[in-house]
Amino acid sequence: MVTDIGLIAVLLAFASGIYAIAASVHGARARREDWVTSARNAALIIAPLLTLSALTIIYSNLTGNYRLEYTAHVSSSATPTVLKITALWGGQNGSLLFWSWLMSIFVTGVMLRKWDNNRDLMPYVIAVTEVIQVFFLALVVLFANPFAKLWQTPTGEIGGAVFGASTLFTTLSSIGFGGIAQTLFAPPGSIPFTPADGQGLAPLLRHPGMVAHPPFLYLGFVGFTIPYAFAMAALLTGKTNDAWIRTTRRWTLMAWLFLGIGLLLGMRWAYDVLGWGGYWGWDAVENAALMPWISGTAFLHSVMIQEKRGMLKVWNMFLIILTFAQVILGTFITRTGVISSVHSFARSSIGVPFLAFTGLMLVGSVWLLLTRLDDLKSENKLDSLLSREAAFVAQNALFLIINLAVAIGTYFPIFSELIVNNKITVGAPYYDHVVGPLLAPLILLMGVAPLVSWRAASPQALGRTALTIPGPVTVVALVILFAVGIRNPWALLGMALIVYAGTVTVVEYARGVRARHRSPGEGWPMALWNLIGRNRRRYGGYLVHTGIVLMGVGVIGTHLYQQETQQALSIGQTLAIGNYQVTFRRLELVPSGQSDKKIISARVEVSEGGKPLMTLRPFQEQYTNGERMTPPALMGSMKEDLYVLLGGWEADGSLATFKVFINPLVNWLWLGGIVFILGTLVAAWPNVAEERRAWSVERRAMAPAAVRTR
Amino acid sequence: MQEADRKARVAGGRVQRIAWGVVVLVGALASLLAANIVAAQGGTVTDDQVNAVAKGLNCPVCENVPLDVCETQACVQWRDLIRQKLAAGETPEQVIAYFRATYGDRVLQSPPNTGFAALVWVLPFAGLIAGVVILVVVLRRMTARPAGVEVMTEVPPSADEYRQRLERELERLGK
Repeated sequence: MVTDIGLIAVLLAFASGIYAIAASVHGARARREDWVTSARNAALIIAPLLTLSALTIIYSNLTGNYRLEYTAHVSSSATPTVLKITALWGGQNGSLLFWSWLMSIFVTGVMLRKWDNNRDLMPYVIAVTEVIQVFFLALVVLFANPFAKLWQTPTGEIGGAVFGASTLFTTLSSIGFGGIAQTLFAPPGSIPFTPADGQGLAPLLRHPGMVAHPPFLYLGFVGFTIPYAFAMAALLTGKTNDAWIRTTRRWTLMAWLFLGIGLLLGMRWAYDVLGWGGYWGWDAVENAALMPWISGTAFLHSVMIQEKRGMLKVWNMFLIILTFAQVILGTFITRTGVISSVHSFARSSIGVPFLAFTGLMLVGSVWLLLTRLDDLKSENKLDSLLSREAAFVAQNALFLIINLAVAIGTYFPIFSELIVNNKITVGAPYYDHVVGPLLAPLILLMGVAPLVSWRAASPQALGRTALTIPGPVTVVALVILFAVGIRNPWALLGMALIVYAGTVTVVEYARGVRARHRSPGEGWPMALWNLIGRNRRRYGGYLVHTGIVLMGVGVIGTHLYQQETQQALSIGQTLAIGNYQVTFRRLELVPSGQSDKKIISARVEVSEGGKPLMTLRPFQEQYTNGERMTPPALMGSMKEDLYVLLGGWEADGSLATFKVFINPLVNWLWLGGIVFILGTLVAAWPNVAEERRAWSVERRAMAPAAVRTR
Repeated sequence: MQEADRKARVAGGRVQRIAWGVVVLVGALASLLAANIVAAQGGTVTDDQVNAVAKGLNCPVCENVPLDVCETQACVQWRDLIRQKLAAGETPEQVIAYFRATYGDRVLQSPPNTGFAALVWVLPFAGLIAGVVILVVVLRRMTARPAGVEVMTEVPPSADEYRQRLERELERLGK
């Protein structure tokens, strides 16, 4: 069987990983370059091996090999071809293999880059990344094996196991390795079992957003292993200068970008598929992916202080450890959903290994950090509380408090159930009340911090740049908002901060462009191009801030001004929402092209003040397994989305229930998302000259200044 | 005298007008109230009223899905129950209290602010306060001079080379 080749490839990758750990550690300790090279080669072979094994799973899904437990679970004869391929990450076992595969590709990227700047770090980078790689491969092999086949026990039960019936099943189970026993062996006397057809992917997961969402999320998760591995290598070697930060800056930025794109795709998926009018439900799984992004954002900012000023070294180590721990927990939670209940944790085969690994990783990293505290002393003191450094520290504190608030909301139900045996739900209202207000100072800092100079800013100069244009613009915006009838204090505060932060960014761009345009006589577009090109990090960062500002507009609009109504309409009847009238015309059955689903579609006409605008067709998909999906029909503009859902209907089609939302400004959110992506790409775009200068000149230039301050 | 008489009459008229006003107002309120009760008992509960109550509750079978947007059969039944209770004249608070008493705290979207669950509301603020305290302590320890001393008197050269250059260019061009 082809999947046996895949299984063998995974086992070889697992063995290579273990060898790479041993060889790299030995090579580093004995100062034997040949062992390190050997470890590197062993690490390099993992990506091709895992590519092969992932391909065999895809092949199995495509050819309908239902003997394989995983294929029977995520694929079926009715599944479209594209989804058979993406079913590789449609279920838990396949997605863990997928995770390992992506990770091996990232590691290959690190191994192949130039080693010149980090010759001492590399053996330990190999060791740390391979420990993580081996952990995930151990999960794949021992606890959640996608290569397990189906077997039928003498008592008629159907289950998956890699190697078939064996007395080892009983032996292993009796000595407490029940989970491993179940993954590897079927109970004695079991016979092979092949179902007639597979179950296929859950309907909700068939949307393109859900197809692209996990890979981006995983790329983000996986990407953070690189800065984590370099940080640990720095601690292990005692080479705790900022080499690890400079080397991994772009990796971190890409990981952060992928995670951000993953979150955005998840939001868009929720908006387009789940049909509840919103995009973010503060679900445990969403939060689990958001938290590493939050601490990662803090990390991205605070490393700048270490690069520029040699400060906050311990803090940066702490942040990357925290981020990576949240990545591991995030992978675990998104994969198993165990937060929902302690009982599902007990049922999950990978729960205990995951928690054990997270615990060991945290303890080990923190212990390592504590042993190196002396090497991580700050090179400089803070000159003033009114400085970029202080602003960054405050911003970091805010990010961590927000991270903490989200963590409390996410994990509290578990503790409530464990400690007082009272299951509770922490829903959106908690986050609205707790996280919402914390965003206000964060946006204010986002606006002001880029204007505060390093070391010490003069209040007069800061006041001049921070207020001259942005101040009046904000006041004018507030007056306009008030004039058009906005009275909600949160909306006014939020918009004021957003307009302020946005104006600061635009002014910064304008000042830079004007300076370039005048002095070397560049044209306006060329001036803008060069401005960004010469300082990608700064202006990419500003672009990211602009994206966040635009998203903020969308969040305020949808959050504070969403309207909704639900009404049952007979044919020809009209409901009113906002300025719109929605008239029900008829119900129809639409051919779906898939044997396991039917589509019922309604035709509604939308008009505004009696003027017909367009016809919408909200529909519901009904699957033979009983699941239903109600995606919205949208009429969108930058002002608002009219979001129409078909809820239910009478069998004869004479009456249908509609749920209609008006989501003001929601498209600013998506636009902001795109700007955020562009900005990050600008900031991450390689700039060889700038890098080289950064490696040498900048730090040296900073050094005398640092001495002078003491 | 005439003047006082006129004043008394005017005052009397005012009292009368106020009295009438009160009567009209009470009447209006009473009829509004009656209309409300009639409406409630007449069973004209709209879907929006049901959803407004359901928003504060959770789906009984899924995790963390608000009841007003859930499509499962269990949720449809619960929403029907809400409709019946509202139609019978119960207030939204009474309906929610009923669900909480019957199914436990987990049906509430927003955790209760009593008992152990209240911690979830307290902890973030404890975290916020601790965070701010730590921030202040750390910033003080990081600062070169003891806090409180005016550090602004002499501004060290900005280390932000780029910004400085920009400022210089802007200044030069401004002239």
